[in-house]
Amino acid sequence: MSLIRLEKRAAPSRTLAGLTPILAVIATMIAGGIMFAFLGFQPLEAIRTIFWDPLFDPQFGPYSRPQLLVKAGPLILIATGLALGFKAGIWNIGAEGQYIMGAVVGGGVGLAFYPSESGLIFPLMVLAGALGGWAWAMIPATLKTVFGTNEILVSLMLVYVAENILASVSSGLLRNPDGQGFPGSRNLARDYPAASNPELIANTGMHWGVVAAFIAVIFAYVLMTRHKMGFAIRLAGDAPRAARFAGVSPSRLILFCLGTAGALAGLAGLFEVTGPAGQITIDFNSGYGFTAIIVAFLGRLHPIGILFAGLLMALTYIGGELAQLMLGMPAAAIQLFQGMLLFFLLAMDVFANYRVRIGTPEVTT
Amino acid sequence: MKLVTKLLAGAAVGLTMAGAALAQDDPTKVGFIYIGPVGDGGWTYEHDQGRLAVEEEFGDAVETVYQENVPESADAERAITQMALSGADLIFTTSFGYMDPTIAVAEKFPDVKFEHATGYKTADNVGVYSARFYEGRAVQGTIAGHLTESNIIGYIGSFPIPEVIRGINSAYIHAKKVNPDVQFKIVWAYTWFDPAKEADAAKALIDQGADVVLQHTDSTAPQAAAQEAGGVYTFGQASDMSEYAPMPRVSSIIDNWAPYYIERTRAVMEGTWESDNTWDGIGAGMVEIGEITDAVPAEVKEEALALVEAIGSGEYHPFTGPINKQDGTPWLAEGETADDGTLAGMDFYVEGIEGEIPN
Repeated sequence: MSLIRLEKRAAPSRTLAGLTPILAVIATMIAGGIMFAFLGFQPLEAIRTIFWDPLFDPQFGPYSRPQLLVKAGPLILIATGLALGFKAGIWNIGAEGQYIMGAVVGGGVGLAFYPSESGLIFPLMVLAGALGGWAWAMIPATLKTVFGTNEILVSLMLVYVAENILASVSSGLLRNPDGQGFPGSRNLARDYPAASNPELIANTGMHWGVVAAFIAVIFAYVLMTRHKMGFAIRLAGDAPRAARFAGVSPSRLILFCLGTAGALAGLAGLFEVTGPAGQITIDFNSGYGFTAIIVAFLGRLHPIGILFAGLLMALTYIGGELAQLMLGMPAAAIQLFQGMLLFFLLAMDVFANYRVRIGTPEVTT
Repeated sequence: MKLVTKLLAGAAVGLTMAGAALAQDDPTKVGFIYIGPVGDGGWTYEHDQGRLAVEEEFGDAVETVYQENVPESADAERAITQMALSGADLIFTTSFGYMDPTIAVAEKFPDVKFEHATGYKTADNVGVYSARFYEGRAVQGTIAGHLTESNIIGYIGSFPIPEVIRGINSAYIHAKKVNPDVQFKIVWAYTWFDPAKEADAAKALIDQGADVVLQHTDSTAPQAAAQEAGGVYTFGQASDMSEYAPMPRVSSIIDNWAPYYIERTRAVMEGTWESDNTWDGIGAGMVEIGEITDAVPAEVKEEALALVEAIGSGEYHPFTGPINKQDGTPWLAEGETADDGTLAGMDFYVEGIEGEIPN
C-alpha cells in the first residue's frame, strides 16, 4: 500500500499531452544542469550556450540561426513521413537507408549528365532521389504485405546494406575521376552548378530541402485532418480491428506509409547531398534517419509538432557544438543531454496517460 | 527604437571583439577539428597531444580550442565556420573528409589560416600536411614477416584510399623480403574508429589463421582481441598503445604532430605563415617507431632498427624497384624509387597481394 499511486485515465489528457514536451525540456534543463555542474561547468552558462547563444549571441547568432534551418530541414522532412507510419502502427526504422539511397540515386543521375548545364538536371535529380528512397522502402513494404515479414527488422537491416552501397559507389562507380584516387564523388554543390541546391536567399539557410520540409508538413497536416487516407491511418493505429471492419486495407496502408516515408527520406538525402554536404562520400550519412525517429515522437507524431521538434533538436545540436567549442565540453556530455530529452519526454507521458493519486485507494463496495 | 540601439550596440561589441582578436598582445587562438573522441587512444589522441604540446610551448601566448567527434558531412563545415567565428587564427582540420569543407570555409575567412591533414587541395590560406606512414609500415612488415609462423598476416584496412593502400603495399613488400612464403589477408572495416567492428575484423582474421594482425584503424580493440586470442602479434597504430606491450603489441607507429603544430603556430604568431604541402616521415620525426619489445628476437629487432635508421637518413626508400603491380605489369625498375605523385594517388596493389581493392 503505497502513498503515491498511478491510476489509468479513461482517455489520455489532451492538455497534458500537449504540455509534456515543454515539461520534458524543462526537466532536461534541470537534470542536464546538474550533470554539467558535476562535470565542473557553470550550469546556467552551459544551458545558455546551448539554448540561447545559437539564436541570439551577436558573434554566432547571424551564422547559427540559418544553420538551424539547414540542420532541421532533413529532420523535419524525414520525421513527417515516418510519423504517418508510426500513427498507423507501421514501424519504418530504416529511414537512414532510404535517405542514403535517395542521395545515391539522385546524385548518380546528376553525375551521369556531368557537365550538363541544362535546367532540367536538378528537377530530374529530385525525382530520382524521391524514387530511390521510395524503392528502398518498398522492399520492406512488399516483403511485409506478401510474406508478412517484420518491417522493423527488414527496414533496419537495409540501412546497413545501403551503407555498403554508399561505400562502394563512393570509392568506385561515382568516384570523382579528378580526385586523385580518393573516394568521394564530384562536389555537386561547388563544381556542378546545374546539380547544386544553393541557398535560395543569401544567409537564410533556406534551400530547396527546407522548402520541401515546410511543404511536406502542410501536406501531412491536410492529409491527416481532411483526407480519407488520414482517417484510415488514425483508425488503423487506434483500433486495427475496427479499421479492418471499416474496409481499410492493411496492405494499401503499408505500401502508402512506407512508400511516402521512403520518398521523403530520399528527398532529404538528395537535397542534402546537392547542398550542405555537396558530395557523395563514404561517411555522407550522419544519422538523420535515426534522429528523425526521435523528432517524430518529440513532435507527438503531429506535423506541426514535428516542425517545432525538428527545430528544437537542431538547436540542441548547434548549441551543443557551441558548448564544445566555447566551454570545452566533451561531445559525450552533449549526447547525454540529448538522450535526457527523449527520456524525459517518454517518462512525462506517464502523466498524460495516468493520474497520480496520493493516499490509500478508496475501498469500493 | 531601443531594441535597434541594443542590437547595434551588440553588433559593435561583436566587431570590436573580432578586431581585438587580431591585435598583437592577445593570445593566438589555435583550433582543432577532430574526427574521433580525444580519448580514442589512436589518431585523434595523437593530434590532441600535438595541441597540448602547442599550449606547453607557448603558454599564455596561445589559446587552443577543439571540437571532437565531428562527422565528415555537412556538420564539418559548420564546426569549422563556428571555430573561425570564435576568433581562431589558425585551424587544423585533422581528417581527410574535411577537405572540401575546409576549402569552403577558408574562402569566407581569408584572414584565418587553415591546415588540412592528409588532403591535397590548397589555397592561399590553406596548407596541407601528412606523414609518410608507409615508412613505418616497412618496419612493421619486416618484423611481421619474421614473427609469423602460420605465414598469414592479417591487415585491418579502414577505407580503400591511397594512404591505406600505400601502407598495405609497403608492409607486404618488406614482409615478403624476409619471408617469401608470407600471405596477406585484408579486411576492410569502412570506419576509422569503431571498436566493435575493429574487434570483429581482428577476430575474423585470427580465425583465418593470421598470427600477426596489422591495423589501419584507430582504436585499441584489435589489440584486445589479439590479447584474448593469445599468441597473436600486433602493432600500435597512430599512438603507441603501450598498454598492450610487450604482447600482443610488439612495436608501433606513432604519429608525432607536435613539432609541426608548434612550428606552424609560431609562423602564424610571427606573421610568416605561408600555404605549404608538408609530407614528412621518420627523418623529420613526424613518424616514430614505438619501442620494439622483447617478444621480438634480438636479431630481428636489430634488423628493424637498422631499417629505421636507413629510412630516416634517406639512404633507403621503402618503394625501391624492382616492383611490379598486382597484375604483373612493371612499376619500378631495378633501383628506381617511387615518386611522390604516384604514391599520393596509389590505387593498386603490388604483385603478390591477393584480392582486389574494393570499388
